[in-house]
Amino acid sequence: MTEPMIPVTEDELHAYVDNELPAERRGDVEAWLATHPEDTARVQSWRAMSDALHARYDSVADEAVPKRLELERLVQRPRSWIYGAIAATLVAFICGGASGWLARGVAASPSPFQNLTLDALDAHRLYVVEVRHPVEVPGDERAHLQVWLTKRCGWDVRAPELDATGLKLVGGRLLPGPTGPASFLMYENASGERFTLYTSRSETGTAQMRYTAADNSGAMYWSEGGVGYVLSGPVDKDRLNQVARLVYDQTEKSGG
Amino acid sequence: MTAFRESVEAMIPALRRYARALTRDADVADDLVQDTLVRALRSERLFLGGDVRSWLYTILTNLNKNRRRSLARRPQFMPLLDNNPDASGTEAEGRDISRALATLAEEQRAVLLLVMLEGLSYREVADIQAVPIGTVMSRLARARAHVKASLEGERPVLRQVK
Repeated sequence: MTEPMIPVTEDELHAYVDNELPAERRGDVEAWLATHPEDTARVQSWRAMSDALHARYDSVADEAVPKRLELERLVQRPRSWIYGAIAATLVAFICGGASGWLARGVAASPSPFQNLTLDALDAHRLYVVEVRHPVEVPGDERAHLQVWLTKRCGWDVRAPELDATGLKLVGGRLLPGPTGPASFLMYENASGERFTLYTSRSETGTAQMRYTAADNSGAMYWSEGGVGYVLSGPVDKDRLNQVARLVYDQTEKSGG
Repeated sequence: MTAFRESVEAMIPALRRYARALTRDADVADDLVQDTLVRALRSERLFLGGDVRSWLYTILTNLNKNRRRSLARRPQFMPLLDNNPDASGTEAEGRDISRALATLAEEQRAVLLLVMLEGLSYREVADIQAVPIGTVMSRLARARAHVKASLEGERPVLRQVK
């Protein structure tokens, strides 16, 4: 047996256990392990760890899938919006306004406009943490971005200028909204704080601006000319309001 | 059912296992899986081929990261005992490994589970976490050292950030 020419590194030991090591190096590692009991012990402890994980958690994969995770149910859920909307309207009347308007998990299903806002907040939370691919089209292609989103969405999508509040356009992407396509624009300030503007077709013709907050994100939402707007960002209401007004002023000028 | 839905459906058991190990709470885990599935179905038209499996793990990992971010500012209630003690294997062992997982930093736990439990390649995990392969390997090495120490009864030292 030949001695391995190059000493085996810890990275290689991990790669060996995980079957990531190039085939030609496996023999070297095995020869190394034969003469290095400490490394052998480490490799064995990792294998034991893997066994323990499987022993503990594989049974979860063998359980019957709970009903609430059946795809058929999940696919059908959006269709109950209409009934949900009626119920939600009644609840909204009874509660007399915005309290509980967006609370998840309440008895009534959310209305289409609430769904739109929840979708927007979901999209916000999903993409603001994204480091490498937060957008599909970068902000330096603003003109192209606007033309593309307008064409795909069917209403005039403009990326408002928010420089006055220190926010620069990161870019945008197209998303599936509750009733069709949705446009999604992301802005960022120098300290890395991100705001997103989500627009989608809304059956609520015109609705005044409202505020909601959930899970560490806040949103101002309104609708204008059959298009729903959701500006999401940090929970700071004044700050959101300031940016939302700026967005509102510019969309109004361009005719929604 | 479309081929896309079939491949999503086939992944549900594995997603539940990953989510359970990630959160160590049966209800929270299934909530995460449900959110992952809803999002995947909603984005069906945006999915332009590629690996459904990796894509689902990516969604779930990101949703969990967001969940933890939002939990971070609330008081935390740690279960005294693991929610669902394992039926197979000894219960004590199962609790040990899940307790060891609990001491890991979030990114390290995800790497450890994706590689060791779900059998993903370093490359796939790098794509899921949007980091270079070298980062995946260093997270994995640290996670293994940490879990090993924890299982061997050493008090876990201060959680390393990365």
